[in-house]
Amino acid sequence: MARQYETVIGLEVHVELATKTKIFCGCSTEFGGAPNTHTCPVCTGMPGALPVLNKQVVEYAMAVGLATNCEITRVCRFDRKNYFYPDNPQNYQISQLYLPIARNGYVEIEVGDTKKKIGIHEMHMEEDAGKLVHDEWEDYSLVDYNRSGVPLIEIVSEPDMRSAEEVIAYLEKLRLIIQYLGASDCRLQEGSMRADVNLSVREVGSSTFGTRTEMKNLNSFKAITRAIEGERQRQTELLEEGKQVIQETRRWDDNKEYSYAMRSKEDAQDYRYFPEPDLVPVLISEEWIEEVKARQPEFRTEKLERYKKEYDIPQYDAEILTESKKMADLFEAATAICHKPKKVSNWLMGETMRLMKEEGMEAENLAFSPENLAKLVDLADAGTVNSTVAKEVFEHVFRENTDPEVYVEEHGLKTMNDEGMLRELAEKVIAENPKSVADFKGGKEKALGALVGQMMKATKGKANPAMIQKLLREALK
Amino acid sequence: MANRISDETIEYVGILAKLELSGSEKEKAREDMEKMLDYIDTLNELDTEGVEPMAHVFPANNVFREDVVTNGDAHEAMLGNAPAKKEQSYKVPRTFEG
Repeated sequence: MARQYETVIGLEVHVELATKTKIFCGCSTEFGGAPNTHTCPVCTGMPGALPVLNKQVVEYAMAVGLATNCEITRVCRFDRKNYFYPDNPQNYQISQLYLPIARNGYVEIEVGDTKKKIGIHEMHMEEDAGKLVHDEWEDYSLVDYNRSGVPLIEIVSEPDMRSAEEVIAYLEKLRLIIQYLGASDCRLQEGSMRADVNLSVREVGSSTFGTRTEMKNLNSFKAITRAIEGERQRQTELLEEGKQVIQETRRWDDNKEYSYAMRSKEDAQDYRYFPEPDLVPVLISEEWIEEVKARQPEFRTEKLERYKKEYDIPQYDAEILTESKKMADLFEAATAICHKPKKVSNWLMGETMRLMKEEGMEAENLAFSPENLAKLVDLADAGTVNSTVAKEVFEHVFRENTDPEVYVEEHGLKTMNDEGMLRELAEKVIAENPKSVADFKGGKEKALGALVGQMMKATKGKANPAMIQKLLREALK
Repeated sequence: MANRISDETIEYVGILAKLELSGSEKEKAREDMEKMLDYIDTLNELDTEGVEPMAHVFPANNVFREDVVTNGDAHEAMLGNAPAKKEQSYKVPRTFEG
């Protein structure tokens, strides 16, 4: 019988915190500035420049630690991780090794019908590195330090996951918690959430772990799934052939769907950590923890309960809407304005998600305001615009955050409810289409559709279709 | 001198520090490092039973900044320190990961 293997996976997840400033200096963290416009002597590693810790970073890290059932470390300290690379101007990264801010937590995931706890070994605060741009044809690289010093938390899981599905469920759970806390937007594509996958393979029943590899450069759930599958296969084949897995860091190339070795661990992974002398310890009191706890927001489970009571929307709607903090916020804010929860939910779950899917977009990137959504709901609900026009207007709300009232006014899209005018038009259409009229009178109900179509064409789609039907029927009697 | 540092260690520390040392420099570095280790041995003779490990030499803690942007765009001054620059960026020898 062939040997049975099991995959053992642990994750290191880096999350960029949503602070306004960097972790150790007053430079902006805003994304997308011209190169090196958000830099100062601290985040470019100038000799003599001294770091001062951003209090908000500690509070976000505590909030994430508490929300993932971690113990908060009362005496917390920073350490220097030494390595040479041009994206790291100090030649060391300020991180935490010996006394990380949070330890021994877990999150609960659900795959299929099975619930499982994934342990969190520890969580620490650290600074991000700068960005290198390599020119393909030239013999140099360019460095932009805008990202240098942007605060990160790194969340290190226990090796508790056994499949790509579990990994994705764990990441989605973490992302949801962190987004609900407002601690980060967790966008994988933009790199504000990054995952390194530690993977090993062992025979089922074995009590020891196999040799693991670490995979970097995974920036989508799809890439993570494919990389896990590829690496599982590669390691299993090596073991089947009686070969050894080498402990190394591998880089996933999602275009080629192949990972290649970056550097072996023996080579230069000796970071010679030592306590950071430029920063004093952080003492976290019971009171401070209580303060942060008191500020924790409503999480998904509580939201689901409240939605059922307060909004009277189906459980299914509530589940979909609360899957993303952004979506839930939009729903609550728009409903507060127009007081039509089910209608708002329909627009979010219908057209919004359809367009998101079309554009391959995540909820966090939705850019329209709840005000404009509420206005559109009101316009459609009052029959001021018909449903076809409403969908068309919504596309503009979705893409450009257009004010639907202004748009409808400017483009003359209001439903034509002028009965006298429509009746005249109905008679004209009947006179011009004797064949359809004869068909309809001969019992072909469908022929009415052709006449309705003619009228919609003549009114540029603005007529109220129910009214047209009624008027046509009356005129054909 | 109690501590001896092997040739391999000198070589390894040199690689980590990205330093190319000549034969006499290696000998000098070895002497210095051995002296440092001896000094630590001396410190280790002290009885530290019941003494909390020290996290920092200053008796201070919880020094924070509020999360408020205080720095503006100073890229010209910052890049003024760069030996080489291009397109508002620091120009460095071509670097690859891996």
